[in-house]
Amino acid sequence: MSQQENKIDEYRRRFLGKGAALVGAAALAPGVILHTIAHAKPADEAVTSKVRWGFLIDANKCAENCDACVRACDEENGITKFGRPQTDAQWIRKITLRNKQTNHSITLPMMCQHCEHPPCVDVCPTGASFKRADGIVLVDKHICIGCRYCMMACPYKARSFIHETVTGQAPDVPRGKGTVESCTLCVHRVDRGETPACAEACAKTQEGPAILFGDLNDPNSKIAKRLASEPSSAVRADFRLDPGVRYQGI
Amino acid sequence: MKELLHYREIPGNSPGYYAVLAMLGLLIALGLGAAYYMEHQGHHVTGMNNQIVWGMPHVFAVFLIVAASGALNVASISSVFNKKLYKPLAPLSGLVAVALLIGGLCILVLDLGRPDRLIVAMTYYNFKSIFAWNIFLYTGFIAIVAVYLWMMLERRFNKLSKPAGFFAFVWRLILTTGTGSIFGFLVARQAYDAAILAPVFILMSFSFGLAVFNILLIGIYSGTRRPLGDAVVERLRKLQGVFIATVLFFVTIFHLTSLYATERHGVMKFILDGDNVYSGLFWLGFVLIGSLIPLLICLLNGFKNSARWLVTASLMVIAGGMAHMYVIIIGGQAYPLDMFPGYEFSSSFFDGVVGTYTPSIYEIGLGIGGAAFAIAIVLAGIKILRFLPLSLANSLVDPHYSAEAKEADKPVAGKQARA
Repeated sequence: MSQQENKIDEYRRRFLGKGAALVGAAALAPGVILHTIAHAKPADEAVTSKVRWGFLIDANKCAENCDACVRACDEENGITKFGRPQTDAQWIRKITLRNKQTNHSITLPMMCQHCEHPPCVDVCPTGASFKRADGIVLVDKHICIGCRYCMMACPYKARSFIHETVTGQAPDVPRGKGTVESCTLCVHRVDRGETPACAEACAKTQEGPAILFGDLNDPNSKIAKRLASEPSSAVRADFRLDPGVRYQGI
Repeated sequence: MKELLHYREIPGNSPGYYAVLAMLGLLIALGLGAAYYMEHQGHHVTGMNNQIVWGMPHVFAVFLIVAASGALNVASISSVFNKKLYKPLAPLSGLVAVALLIGGLCILVLDLGRPDRLIVAMTYYNFKSIFAWNIFLYTGFIAIVAVYLWMMLERRFNKLSKPAGFFAFVWRLILTTGTGSIFGFLVARQAYDAAILAPVFILMSFSFGLAVFNILLIGIYSGTRRPLGDAVVERLRKLQGVFIATVLFFVTIFHLTSLYATERHGVMKFILDGDNVYSGLFWLGFVLIGSLIPLLICLLNGFKNSARWLVTASLMVIAGGMAHMYVIIIGGQAYPLDMFPGYEFSSSFFDGVVGTYTPSIYEIGLGIGGAAFAIAIVLAGIKILRFLPLSLANSLVDPHYSAEAKEADKPVAGKQARA
């Protein structure tokens, strides 16, 4: 008898144990999820200028033949190509630099520099080009008239004009023929508390991470700490546009 | 006693008139068709790309807008500077100004990525944008010149034409400053980024606008067989000469300033001494054909009193002006952005290389359509309203006209008007 009963007891114990674990997990899970969300910005809360998103890009870690960031960006944002390089959109591209005096050469990713004083926003007649409070420079696709003045004004050649009908758009990333677009710093991901696709992809590469994403305004953030302790520069710093993207190794 | 000037509509019922209108109508239709095709297909069917974002439509549009402001010169000289000889020409000058501006704006709007959003451009404004200022400057110009024309054409309000003319004069100076500043304020591009571009554009407007006016005036008087005395022709010829010379002077200063700065040697070599179409267009198109030769025609005595030579010079100024616009707008973009000074750099996005651009038939079609529309407005306008005096013979318009010269003058004037 006792053997049989003992077995049943064992089953009971196991069942109760697993049940308790499940109940516990079910009880804790929402809290854990909420905790994660709490670190991101709630959807109904306006963005604030307390944060300023930016990149620190270490060109020394950027491998010449690696284009993981470009591919990740294209996939995340649904940037399809038409086999026409002159008119196809590029939100991020790899630039190869060679110092004319020393012949030293490096590569680095180039995208919208999310300037504090963006010339594209200055020249936009309708205000479609705008800068969010958290420093992200965007194009409002609803009021862009496609005049391309922002493309004339940008010192970084960061913007693309949509030259033809685009299909297969990513749900979070509206695009449209006849309007201008550029890197959004993956604003849809940032608003969910994630990092931009290029930075995420770069971190997974062998040489990476060359692209560090973070809040430039938070002195405790990794990016702010590194900017405070290591040398860095802005592209065409002489324009004093105060870009949110900083570089090392150039 | 001096005869009075009579302003009259042109009859506008000759087969020639309708033939010209029909031809213009065809060009306008082709322009609209080109715009529809570009809008429908997207801009990849044009020569424009992500490197050269403003193409042939902008060359036409900016030329017409600049010329519009300059076409008002003749009226300004009459109303603001009290030169009597220009007074009979003033209404036509206002009409040509408005027509050219409308033609230019049509091109600009139809080349937008989203021309259907014109209403957005009219309702959303970013007042830091020079484009936004220009929307007001352009629409304001049309309204002000319309009022100015009204004051000139309605006898009861003639007295008011002087203040209205003064206001229009100041407005159009600001307008061309605005157009020049679209380029002058572009800090990032080495070919632009110069305050002197605003006065360069003002002077170009004087010259290009007058050239268009000359051709239309002489063409219309010849076509309607109305007398056009050589006093008018001669004055316009001299004025055109002065304007050509001042443009040349300002453009020289602009390039000398850039040549002095080492950082701009690259872009100046590219524009002035490059192995490209821009240097050719600059020296052969703008300097030789558009400036030096017409300057000689306008200043040398051998070409005196000839309407035909004035038209020739004006056509050359227009050709040279278009060439110069091409150099400024397309050449300025073709030169790569100096993103990393001291470095050689390249990418799949054409960084660090000269941009390539071949104008498509659609862009040229749209541009010609806009220009044709401007001319059609003028031709329709002079049929509907009394813009033109029946005669511009010397005896009527020249304040220094004397009876002794009369005998010698009359047949000459008659002949030239038909030239």
